[in-house]
Amino acid sequence: MTAHDRTIKPIGQRANVLRMTEIDKTFNGAVVALRRLTLDVNEVDFISLLGPSGCGKSTALRLIAGLMRPTLGRIAWEGGQGKDDLGVVFQEPTLMPWATVAQNVWLPFRVRGQSFRSVQDKIEEVLGLVGLEKFGGAYPRELSGGMKMRVSIARALVTNPRLILMDEPFAALDEITRQKLNDDLLSMKAQTGATVIFVTHSVFESVFLSDRILVMAARPGRIIKEITVDAPYPRGIDWRTSPEYAAIARETSDTLLGALAPGEDQ
Amino acid sequence: MTVTDSAREAKAAEAGPGPLFDAEEEHHARVKRLENIAKYALPITVMVLAIWIWHRIVLVNEIPHYILPGPGLVARTLVEDWGTLSASLMITLQITFLALFVAVVGGVGLAILFAQSKFAEMSFSPFAVILQVTPIVAIAPLIFIYVESRLVGLLLCAWIVAFFPILANTTLGLKSADHNLRDLMTIYRANRWQRLRYLQLPSALPYFLGGLKIAGGLALIGAVVAEYVAGTGGMGSGLAFRILEASYRLNIPRMFAALILIAVTGVLIYAATSLISHLALRKWHESAVKRE
Repeated sequence: MTAHDRTIKPIGQRANVLRMTEIDKTFNGAVVALRRLTLDVNEVDFISLLGPSGCGKSTALRLIAGLMRPTLGRIAWEGGQGKDDLGVVFQEPTLMPWATVAQNVWLPFRVRGQSFRSVQDKIEEVLGLVGLEKFGGAYPRELSGGMKMRVSIARALVTNPRLILMDEPFAALDEITRQKLNDDLLSMKAQTGATVIFVTHSVFESVFLSDRILVMAARPGRIIKEITVDAPYPRGIDWRTSPEYAAIARETSDTLLGALAPGEDQ
Repeated sequence: MTVTDSAREAKAAEAGPGPLFDAEEEHHARVKRLENIAKYALPITVMVLAIWIWHRIVLVNEIPHYILPGPGLVARTLVEDWGTLSASLMITLQITFLALFVAVVGGVGLAILFAQSKFAEMSFSPFAVILQVTPIVAIAPLIFIYVESRLVGLLLCAWIVAFFPILANTTLGLKSADHNLRDLMTIYRANRWQRLRYLQLPSALPYFLGGLKIAGGLALIGAVVAEYVAGTGGMGSGLAFRILEASYRLNIPRMFAALILIAVTGVLIYAATSLISHLALRKWHESAVKRE
């Protein structure tokens, strides 16, 4: 499935995918959503954007997705425009209720003019990867919340994109489903070598999943610290219960709390 | 804890194999069975009863048939005049369905235009609203002055009445596609046509079908009302003209017979559009899927 070289290299040696330089985004000429955001995304990175509401993490994602343009600054894809090559997972599963699971996963190919039959193998493969091989013919309403989210992830993975954007994908799920999906997400990532930017407001989720955590603060939205999580993949329950995990979670949490303005702690 | 284990076991043994029903569950099941029967039995019974009362009233009071005919006489008229009435029914049906068809094509077409361009919507939606809120009986005489063909005039009237719910509903539906899915389409660089076909049209389908249900009845009303205005009969007259004609001749049974045909037609149109709606949505839309 690998179109690019996706063996996991140490963080310093990964090829660049996307470079955001000194990005400012201002709404209505007044509300500063992002200030001086600089971010290098490299291949096979798992980056978390972590911060309180209003810190501009979703805005950053929408800028990368090309859904809005920066007020100032530059977004450059290595080797030219790469917007065709994005997978996106929203907070809601965002499936088409009138289409079956397999048809939903087909959508990115369909827009490119590829017939269902020509990509059927890929769709079946990715449904296997997310554990839904038997549900290709089901309609979204027949699935549980966690399963719908798996379909959404399958749709993002199916084109084997250069970059996958995830905007608080598991925030609406119960804790048990969420942990299981976190585990499975890491194993899917290991199998596909995908590059992921993951927006979350959960410290524990970000420490568990990512190798780079960008801690953000609000008003104006900005990155206040980059924390590298230097633990090898695959990660599992051992990582979740290790002292290193606790230490990084502590550091991340302190950074977040330290950046809260007075009165922002409600 | 009032139920001991042994009592519990005894109860389970008594119930035999299979799931245990407690008193409340049994009650629910009984009510449900009753409702299922009543759903069909009640309306039929009440209808039969109403017709019988009608029959008795006419009989007991010796009401003459030129004032109020009994149900038997109406039924007999329906059979005896079937030649004239069925020909008129065909005309009315023809106008109704043609108008409905044009309303669907025009309504959906205009809705797509509105969804594509805000400026088109701003420009033309006032006309649609004016056409809708002005009573058709008030517009119809003018239409029959300017339009030479009687059929086209009737069609135009029925269309004016029927097309608005389809336009309004479909426009709403096209715009209510999930905003994340719309973003996804942008990210995938879908063109206008793909966006319309893969996202907006399916999203609008339940809304359109809701509009169709209303429009079906309205097309029939439009066709009947327009004919009242158009008057003059002879060959090629619909049921409305038959009612007018019969009233001039004090042929009350025939008026009732024609009226029944119109009512039955309306009910059948509603049933047909409901069925279409159910078949199209049963797999995925909340309104049509059965709850487990």
